[in-house]
Amino acid sequence: MKRRGWVDFLFIFPTALAFVMVIIVPFFLGIYYAMTDWDGVRTTLTWVGFQNFTGMFKEPQFIYSFLITLLYTVINIALVNIVGFLMSLLATSRVKGRNFYRAGFFVPNLIGGIVLGYIWQFVFNNVFVDLGNAAGLAFMQKSFIARRETVIWAMSFVNTWQYAGYIMMIYVASIQAIPDSVLEAANVDGANYRTRVFRIMMPMMASAFTITLFLTLTNSFKQFDLNSTLTNGGPAMVYMGKAIRASQLLAMDIYRTANQFNLMAQAQAKAVVFFIILVVFSLIQVYLNKRKEVEA
Amino acid sequence: MSMNSGVKTHKRHISQGEKRGVGLYILEIVAILVFILFMMPFVLVVINSAKTAKEIIFSPVTLPANWGQIWTNVVTIFNNPSNDYFGAFIDSTIITVLALTVITLFSAMCAWSLVRNKTKWSSVIFMFFVAAMVIPFQVVMFPLVKWFKIMGDFIRIPMLGSYQGITFAYLGFGCSMTIFIFHGFIKGVPLELEEAATIDGCGQARTFFEIVVPLLQPTVVTVLILNGIWIWNDYLLPLLILGSAGKIQTIPLAVTAFAGSYLKQWDLILTSALLAMIPIIVLYLFAQKYIIKGMVEGAIK
Repeated sequence: MKRRGWVDFLFIFPTALAFVMVIIVPFFLGIYYAMTDWDGVRTTLTWVGFQNFTGMFKEPQFIYSFLITLLYTVINIALVNIVGFLMSLLATSRVKGRNFYRAGFFVPNLIGGIVLGYIWQFVFNNVFVDLGNAAGLAFMQKSFIARRETVIWAMSFVNTWQYAGYIMMIYVASIQAIPDSVLEAANVDGANYRTRVFRIMMPMMASAFTITLFLTLTNSFKQFDLNSTLTNGGPAMVYMGKAIRASQLLAMDIYRTANQFNLMAQAQAKAVVFFIILVVFSLIQVYLNKRKEVEA
Repeated sequence: MSMNSGVKTHKRHISQGEKRGVGLYILEIVAILVFILFMMPFVLVVINSAKTAKEIIFSPVTLPANWGQIWTNVVTIFNNPSNDYFGAFIDSTIITVLALTVITLFSAMCAWSLVRNKTKWSSVIFMFFVAAMVIPFQVVMFPLVKWFKIMGDFIRIPMLGSYQGITFAYLGFGCSMTIFIFHGFIKGVPLELEEAATIDGCGQARTFFEIVVPLLQPTVVTVLILNGIWIWNDYLLPLLILGSAGKIQTIPLAVTAFAGSYLKQWDLILTSALLAMIPIIVLYLFAQKYIIKGMVEGAIK
């Protein structure tokens, strides 16, 4: 059918055009820019090869950002999923008003990281400190986001608060898909609660874990909004003999390299490295989880 | 306030025992405590939005002396000459509506054609859309701005700082996931209806709009919610395309600009945060079932 052909073309064209212009072209341009001396101003670019790539690994701020982003990602994968899973058990238990709780736990997820960042900045800097002073608790008298040892944990705490309700919902959907008969049979066989959760429910939820681990991995690794309004990268600290920012995650480091210092090519090179790491990590995670799914 | 979860409630429960034991009471206390912890930040926003800056410094945890202060704060924010907060609400609404319309319509058309036109090309194109989902925003954002500048100069339609530019960008960023969801749904729609329409002399485009579109409705709701919440809260793309001091401002941009210029004036910053949250909370109260369902389905598919 010839007509089918050109109507299909018209139907596909607008989306394909936007896709190519917004993702594909900038993606390849970006790889090219990363190997030039692009500074956002000059019009003729000079090819510099891999200079920008080797340069970033000599930069204390980048190395530190890289390390804390890994730490932040690991903390969040663990925290968000453990809390989300426990909440899903709560939300499918016989607790009165479980639907109300379920709906409530989901709310932080609807509000953007920008707004939540300011709210929690206030909570950490004003409310907690005020309570610490009132109760005479020394550890609360200095804000958790003003100390370099606690700032990553404070950010993880807020991220867990924001994200656990969403992850909970995915677990709830997965728990409800487990056939009644399976859990009843386990009950009859005398399996206690813990056995039922670990030996029956969790293996049957393997595909849900693939999704939730992927979501928490990519979201923590790409964290920007919350980072910029909660801590704005601070506090300052010294690392490898240089003054750096103790909570500047990779996404923020990329943004600031370009925005604050106009080092467009260097920022772009960092973004390419960021992309490669993210793809490698998520491929490994999905591969490992899929293997678990088959076993289960 | 009806708080029914979107996920169907089964009559099955996982907790121990058949009778309401001590364990269940402990669980209920835990649930209440966790719930209070979850809601605390919102409560703090509300009570401190009704205070003056002095009162907040004096104590951020006490109830406000005069709830009327909340209105005074709102008026101060709306009357701020350097920051058009009300305009940001309008702009955010315009951008979200435009982007959602374009993403939903064009992605549905594209997905339908890719499913129904069974050639090697259609599966290759589909694969490209899906594969691109792994590309993080950070790796395309700077070249995108430069490319939009070049493109805008070339076609003589500004792509930076304009509604058309940001809408086009949202179509590019949103289409992959949206096509993926529509594609999955359309694959399961039987061909018979469309064939019958064709035999009746209905053209391809008309078949799509009159036969297929009504069938897509539940998926359209999912897609609207998923993209709507993302676009409404999005920060980096508007920041790069519209600029932090541009004529068009979205709510997240206005909130940051506001907080930046009123450093540590928590009475006004928290009130502006409250204003930014209200539309989405109100929507949630009415469409909670669909929102939860949409966001969970979007993730699972």
